[in-house]
Amino acid sequence: MYTAADLRKGLKIAIDNEPYIITAFDFAKPGKGQALYRTKLKNMITGSTLDRTYRSGETFEPANLEDRKMQYLYKEDDHYCFMDNSTFEQIHISESAMGDAKNYLIDNLAVDVLIFRDSAIGVDVPNFVNLRVTQTDPWVKGDTSGSDSKPATLETGYVLRVPPFIEEGELVTIDTRTGEYSTRVKG
Amino acid sequence: MGGSWPLSRRRGALTERGAIFNRVRAFFQQKGYLEVETPFRIPAPAPEPHIDAIASAGWFLQTSPELCMKRLLAAGYERIFQICRCWREGERGERHLSEFTMLEWYRAGADYLSLMEETEALLLTAAGAERIRYRGRSIELAQPWERITVRQAFGRYAGTTAEEALAAGRFEEIMVEAIEPRLGLARPTFIYDYPASEAALSRLKQGEPAVAERFELYIGGLEIANAFSELTDAAEQRRRFEAGSAERAGLGKAVYPVAEKFLAALEEMPESAGIALGLDRLVMVLLDADCIDEVVAFTTEEL
Repeated sequence: MYTAADLRKGLKIAIDNEPYIITAFDFAKPGKGQALYRTKLKNMITGSTLDRTYRSGETFEPANLEDRKMQYLYKEDDHYCFMDNSTFEQIHISESAMGDAKNYLIDNLAVDVLIFRDSAIGVDVPNFVNLRVTQTDPWVKGDTSGSDSKPATLETGYVLRVPPFIEEGELVTIDTRTGEYSTRVKG
Repeated sequence: MGGSWPLSRRRGALTERGAIFNRVRAFFQQKGYLEVETPFRIPAPAPEPHIDAIASAGWFLQTSPELCMKRLLAAGYERIFQICRCWREGERGERHLSEFTMLEWYRAGADYLSLMEETEALLLTAAGAERIRYRGRSIELAQPWERITVRQAFGRYAGTTAEEALAAGRFEEIMVEAIEPRLGLARPTFIYDYPASEAALSRLKQGEPAVAERFELYIGGLEIANAFSELTDAAEQRRRFEAGSAERAGLGKAVYPVAEKFLAALEEMPESAGIALGLDRLVMVLLDADCIDEVVAFTTEEL
């Protein structure tokens, strides 16, 4: 069971027995009054969204999901294909159900596929993944513009800000919870 | 895992933050205020129903330096300010950190109206400009700023009265959803004269005891500061603390020991006014930052 204080972006809770993921979260506290927790929730089955405001003291059931260890194989049209390493069963998940996870999918990545009532409705990727930089402009030494980051495209097509010293072809670690650059992989 | 880049990329914001703090300190020194330090770890926080202190080896981390600073006021320190860390359990979001930096200042002989003027002057000094950009808006800092009572704000933005909202248990919700987003958009806004029930440590208004002499400051919809003419009636303060403790007990929350030394000091405290200003929030506004994380070196999650 979760309390209102546990609410955060990415948390999966059950509402009317259906799984929802929190896509936006805002903590508000007027003056000396009671805290309000404002959320945007996405139904993980239908994709429909709703806005809900909760108060401290309210409790929540976790979304009733089963997760299966699987491996990413390939993308076909607008579906992503995964394989269960123990049974070799393959399943497909639509692009819309993938959410941000699709930014981090490289061949053979180990993921948790989320199952609700026998259907695969999404995936959880590891907190940190290593991805190669396929495009970024070179850093001009002596650049005094003071800019402390630059855009880079990763092998998955995901574009993010990285430090100026990162070069094309380098491997970088991404924090998938925030979508941000974390560190450079040396060697 | 994680490199030092998330930290080094904040250099610009942290440099600006340091400069703002320097200007704030210079403002108070020039006005004859004494910078003080009071202990972070205290035995008896003020019993606010919805502000929760973090326990620390039998005592508590302060939620505000208010009680100790008022004891200094009572001891004859007439103009004091403090920049310090405060802790509030469970408060975390884009505008909240559980550990944050507070600026509080107190002035003997002042009331909340004179503190409004001093706040205007302080923020002009801190900003170093008469106009700022925040969340896509140009905000004029030149004095005087907008002043609106809670009663007027409910009438103008909420279509109900503060009394009705309180009776229905919807005061906070209406403040957050209908009123706060409208405050401080063209210039900063002081919203003042709160219902008496919404002010635990402030004086009731002379001739209008239904409201307390309390104000909050908003810039671009963001709450920046909370101030009041201080309550100096020790018996009344004790009654309010007892009510606050009873409400905490009713909510199943920890009940703190009674701040007896503070209550005793209140007997000797001069008429005065005091204000608590969230410095991280002020830096957010001056740097046009969307999230409080951008203006501090470390968030709790990064430790």
